[in-house]
Amino acid sequence: MSRFIVRRLLSIIPTLFIVVTLSFFLIRLAPGGPFSREKKLPPEVLQNIMRKYHMDEPLLNQYFRYIGDVLRFDLGPSFRNKDHSVNELIGKAFPVSLHLGSMALAVALFLGLSVGVISALNQNKWPDYSAMSVAVLGISIPLFVIGPLLMLLFALRLKWLPTSGWISSRAGWATVILPTMTLMFPYFAYIARLSRGSIIEVVRSDYIRTARAKGLKESVVIWKHVLKGALLPVVTYLGPAFSGIVVGSVVVEQIFVVPGIGRIFVQSALNRDYTVIMGDVIVYSIILMGANFLVDVLYSMLDPRIAYK
Amino acid sequence: MTDDVILQVKDLKTYFKLDEGLLKAVDGVSFELRKGETLGIVGESGSGKSVTNLALMRLVPVPPGRIAGGEVLFNGKDILKMSDAEIREVRGNKISMIFQDPMTSLNPFLRVSTQLIETLVLHQGLDKKAAKEKAIEMLKLAGIPAPEKRIDQYPHQFSGGMRQRVMIAMALSCNPEILIADEPTTALDVTIQAQILELINELSERLGTAVILITHSLGVVAGMCDNICVMYAGRIVEKGNADEIFADPKHPYTQGLIKSVPRLDRENKQRLYSIPGQPPNVINLPDCCPFFPRCERAMDICKSKYPPVSAVGKGRSVACWLYGEGK
Repeated sequence: MSRFIVRRLLSIIPTLFIVVTLSFFLIRLAPGGPFSREKKLPPEVLQNIMRKYHMDEPLLNQYFRYIGDVLRFDLGPSFRNKDHSVNELIGKAFPVSLHLGSMALAVALFLGLSVGVISALNQNKWPDYSAMSVAVLGISIPLFVIGPLLMLLFALRLKWLPTSGWISSRAGWATVILPTMTLMFPYFAYIARLSRGSIIEVVRSDYIRTARAKGLKESVVIWKHVLKGALLPVVTYLGPAFSGIVVGSVVVEQIFVVPGIGRIFVQSALNRDYTVIMGDVIVYSIILMGANFLVDVLYSMLDPRIAYK
Repeated sequence: MTDDVILQVKDLKTYFKLDEGLLKAVDGVSFELRKGETLGIVGESGSGKSVTNLALMRLVPVPPGRIAGGEVLFNGKDILKMSDAEIREVRGNKISMIFQDPMTSLNPFLRVSTQLIETLVLHQGLDKKAAKEKAIEMLKLAGIPAPEKRIDQYPHQFSGGMRQRVMIAMALSCNPEILIADEPTTALDVTIQAQILELINELSERLGTAVILITHSLGVVAGMCDNICVMYAGRIVEKGNADEIFADPKHPYTQGLIKSVPRLDRENKQRLYSIPGQPPNVINLPDCCPFFPRCERAMDICKSKYPPVSAVGKGRSVACWLYGEGK
């Protein structure tokens, strides 16, 4: 097991290297650059700026310079926010996104599993039908529709909650609710459907019949015998869901003006702020790979048939 | 004699409501089980033998299944009318079951110890430590080598035969009055089959447990059972002492079954007999003898009415128009 963990962690390095390399060159392919403005700068000024950021060197030199910086955990200066380094920008914004994402995932997991269990145990009855209709809506309506709708209803009509902002704003913790609810909705819906399906499958299995034939209470049968096996698909989904929910907050952060990493990502992409984009890409890749790694470890703990060597 | 009867099934009916229509999986089955007896229930796939026994424990999945009628008297008390708490007290404790496929009948996510101990804690009121000791003892009885070590393993670390031994240990751990073995050897190798049957036979005798053995193999029944019920299309067509039925089968279906068993003392050149045709689809079955299309001795009445059960000799009965009043 420990060998597996070490090997998995080491395998992150080459993957990350490939991601960084590809992104570095792909971004440069996009038209425009960090210093393209509507109003053209005088050529001498542009020259100076380019020299300051080493952008006058050949692309390959820039690439090696960047890799060298990254290896020293320095993501470079932001081309647009001249007073801030990328480390500072991400260091400030990432905790906000992580906070939002974790809350959304926790709510999605709790609600999704509860609804999944209730639906599965009432299969083809009204609680099942109504829960699954909501789930289908959750999966099919995009975040940028749900977000404004919730905002319209709870913030503008009912005036229960603030329209936007984050904890540090005047409205305080109440700002958290709408972005969390919006962000968690598709994940909640997917987890509900996933857990319902796998519970229904496991409940019909032979070993559950054995458990019932032993005279166990239905609650013991469900909690002890059904859920462990039925939750495996949900655990598998948690890895991509976690990275997806942190990355997916791009839209939600934009709608609710949350000062997270997603907002920075959108702005930097529009501004061609190369170093910030790269920093975001690196953070996202590490989250994705880290989450998948954790799921693998968790999986082997849940399913005794899986042993890593 | 009747004092010994521990289980009395009367006119048990179990139907499944399917899109295609009403499937009468079990349609009026009656039999008795005495203390220490081994009863064989024989029939082809789909004859309703497994559903009969699931219905005894009220384990038929509802819906689509439904126990449509009848009584299952266990020591005089109707299982079908018991509360959920009462039936749980019977399951795994007074009546326990072994299933066909040992590969899927144990929970793959829980240790064997967990699965054995929970029954003992539940029904015998033992604490975990005592339950584990008892569980190890049962595994030893069931012929599992090094049970102290094996008990902490997971089911996937056991072979098929070993898993069935675990199932047997689990089923017998609370010293039940009845053990229902639903095709316990069908999924196993032939060599293991004999061992498992021998084990069931030996342990049930030692513990005084009555056994209902469900099988489609007449060979298995012949070696182990005191009495036999032959099932066809959801009903019992012939019932009685095992030796007598083998010596002198009455129902044409039983006759066909016995004729189609391969025998060592027969000449090699002879082609093995098989009953012509296929078992009927029991969905929306009309009122007739369901065997008549395959029966060599079918008469006109067989096509229009189900035959009544007639007594033929001591403790024997048969549902066929060739016998009793219909004759």
